[in-house]
Amino acid sequence: MPSTRDIRRRIKSVKSTAQITKAMQLVAAAKMKKAQDQAANGRSYSELMNKILVSLKDNAEEGAHPYFSEGAGNKTLVVVIASDKGLCGALNTNLIKKLINTNLEGEVDYVTIGRKAAQALTRLRKTLIADFPIKDPAKFPEVHAVGKFIQERFLMGDYKKVLVAFNNFVNTVTQVPSVEQILPVNPVTLGGKRSFEEGVKDVVASDIPDYTFEPSASVVFATVLPQYVNGTMYQMVLEARASEHSSRMVAMKNATDNAKQMLKDLSLEYNKLRQAAITNELLEITTAKMALE
Amino acid sequence: MPLKLEIVTPEANIFSDVVDSVVLPGYEGEMGVLPAHAPLVTTLLPGALRYTKGGKSTDLAVGEGLVEITGTTARVLTDMAIGVDEIDEAAVEEAIARAKKSLESLKPGEHQEEVAAVMAMIQRSTAQLHIKRRRTSI
Repeated sequence: MPSTRDIRRRIKSVKSTAQITKAMQLVAAAKMKKAQDQAANGRSYSELMNKILVSLKDNAEEGAHPYFSEGAGNKTLVVVIASDKGLCGALNTNLIKKLINTNLEGEVDYVTIGRKAAQALTRLRKTLIADFPIKDPAKFPEVHAVGKFIQERFLMGDYKKVLVAFNNFVNTVTQVPSVEQILPVNPVTLGGKRSFEEGVKDVVASDIPDYTFEPSASVVFATVLPQYVNGTMYQMVLEARASEHSSRMVAMKNATDNAKQMLKDLSLEYNKLRQAAITNELLEITTAKMALE
Repeated sequence: MPLKLEIVTPEANIFSDVVDSVVLPGYEGEMGVLPAHAPLVTTLLPGALRYTKGGKSTDLAVGEGLVEITGTTARVLTDMAIGVDEIDEAAVEEAIARAKKSLESLKPGEHQEEVAAVMAMIQRSTAQLHIKRRRTSI
């Protein structure tokens, strides 16, 4: 049976925990708003770019651009985008789980963005070839460096394909861990829209005759494809960031709610104990008085 | 036969509607697009894009990008698209001056990417000025 003092101490500590989690919740909520807007605004651009390129890929002749076909090697490069900080629920765990469950053939090398990704992959004894720290909010030049790196590696021919593992942002309570193929060009799902894949089929199905390219296919692809890789990479980082802040906001909200519930229970117990003590005391006084009479 | 014009930038969906015709700054010069245009893909240069709908034409300043044209759609992906009325001449001139200054401070040979970024920025701004002035002089 805990004493009233013990309970008082626990109430105090739970209260301060609730205050901290509440503060973190508010910070996360502010960042979440910004990150969500950023992710939502950029999405349609990346999606449309992806759609167009996928339909071009189907129409382009073999070997029009190296990004349209698999590399010569048999290794796979995976870029993992996770968060730098923890306390965001099961977000990073789910991502890593998804990654482990994804069937990857042959040798796999990893590039990480975010400290949690690097930590998890080192623990799993995977081959890390690079780690890119990206600040919050993410700036395009920082992500550009990642895009450049994977393009160089892909062009060197060691890798068959380049995949990106990140959390797709659907809404504040739903984030979907996904593994998408960025190179060679492939339909990519960004955000929660499942209708996207149908859109791609539409374009292909409507039987577009051969495109004319101005000035030529190679020039157009050479300008557009690197932009596509960098832009998509950036969008994926934005999705991951929006997911991170949303997940953290929700985790902290739950923590605050739990702490509040705990406070309620504890004060109830405390009051019960106090009442029992008082009753006891009164009882003792009356008994003592009756004994004296 | 309608022509659906879509203009999308990384920041937002700028425009999506059925129009009568579009004139856009393609890689090999100004290019007019009417419904049932042959399928074409080209890169977009910074300049003025003009679309006509119901006899009324509207100008937009656009940046670099990609254009995909099929018989029924014209999709423009660009890093900038600003309507004429939103262009602030003074602010743009100031931006050009600032960009030119920062270009001088960057040593040639180094910071290639930054130089390219600044150059693109100047091109975009110049395109804005150009379209704004052409409009007011008419």
